[in-house]
Amino acid sequence: MRKFFLSSSVIALFALYVLFPRPRAEDTHAIIPSLANENKKQSRPVAGIPATITPPNILAPTQVPVQAPKPKPAPTPARVIAKNKPLFKDGEYVGNVADAYYGYIQVKAVIENGKITDVQFLEYPNDRRTSIAINTEAMPLLKMEAIRAQNAQVNIISGATDSSIAFRESLAYALTQAKNQT
Amino acid sequence: MTETRTLMGMTITVEIADTSASKDILDEVFAFFEYVDATFSTYKDTSEITRINKKELRPADYGEDMKTVLALSEQTKKETNGYFDIIAPDGTYDPSGLVKGWAIYRAAQLLEQRGMKHFYVNAGGDIQTRGKNNAGEKWSVGIKNPFNTKEIVKTVFLQNEGVATSGTYLRGQHIWNPKKRSEALTEIVSITVIGPNVYEADRFATAAFAMGKDGIGFIEKLSGFEGYQIDKNGMATMTSGFEEYTNAHA
Repeated sequence: MRKFFLSSSVIALFALYVLFPRPRAEDTHAIIPSLANENKKQSRPVAGIPATITPPNILAPTQVPVQAPKPKPAPTPARVIAKNKPLFKDGEYVGNVADAYYGYIQVKAVIENGKITDVQFLEYPNDRRTSIAINTEAMPLLKMEAIRAQNAQVNIISGATDSSIAFRESLAYALTQAKNQT
Repeated sequence: MTETRTLMGMTITVEIADTSASKDILDEVFAFFEYVDATFSTYKDTSEITRINKKELRPADYGEDMKTVLALSEQTKKETNGYFDIIAPDGTYDPSGLVKGWAIYRAAQLLEQRGMKHFYVNAGGDIQTRGKNNAGEKWSVGIKNPFNTKEIVKTVFLQNEGVATSGTYLRGQHIWNPKKRSEALTEIVSITVIGPNVYEADRFATAAFAMGKDGIGFIEKLSGFEGYQIDKNGMATMTSGFEEYTNAHA
């Protein structure tokens, strides 16, 4: 009920927002989240659970137990002769497939002029391995804000970080191949 | 008393604010996580889940925790109309998407059984809180900035809730779609969900993230859950009850 009232008041505010010229540089404002209404046909799900869901495509690397990371051969590096003998040879280097527990990580490092200019993900843990179509009804208008770094001291930090170790491992492998001798 | 170890490919931290905390209790919690890894890792040849998938074990031989996790997976499958399915097309099981939240929750229960009343368990950014911190206040939890992981962009104050964040890995402004590697993911970068416990928060954060920009609406409809979703432009959308958690003394 509280959410309903909140929604109503925000709708009213939004009407005003639309009718009058918008002020500049708002930091926090209520706007309509673009919750698509594509699937209105479907019946209302119980307790907010989506009614229509595309069957997941569970193509996890786990289907075939893999014994060990399988390094893939690196593509032929571009031939650029470095004058000052930089740390890395130019080219593209593929890292090993590193186990991130929830899946595998594999990166490709791109070296230009002896420097890392790009790191691309070839493989990424895919525990969110699905596409899903949910029944979106008229949603309450939710508050939005621009994120802003805080200085607060906190006890704990929540974030999606699982992949970082495997990322470093795969990148380290790619850079090993890129390293110039001597 | 705090301890951090790296297990299951992630950082696990346990902090106990009770004066009766001991190294033995912390050791017991980490031993539990090691057991979970040894049992449920589909990447380990000798794990129970791998042996099940190799048909080396019959259902009658499954351990109690395995039976529990498989039952929870079945329940979650029903609750999400089949979206959350741990059974692959070839018939093998992969419950890893559920095990993490379950393991953190079980670790918290273990601490309670040992008489602990004030603690948190944080595994890879998913957290179960209980009671108060060393200063006698609610546990403060920062939500990591997905664009600069050294920063936090929001602080919430919890004392018995669980919180979990689902997100994409990103580098600069590029976020790659794990399914179509050449395509950058659009829209949502991360979603943080606060729920009655970390198990619930984790599985619904996973589900909501998979829904893309509609995820926050899914959380809004779930009673007892609040969420904070960040899109690729650095705009956050929050559920209507989320801000109550940002007040340290609410």
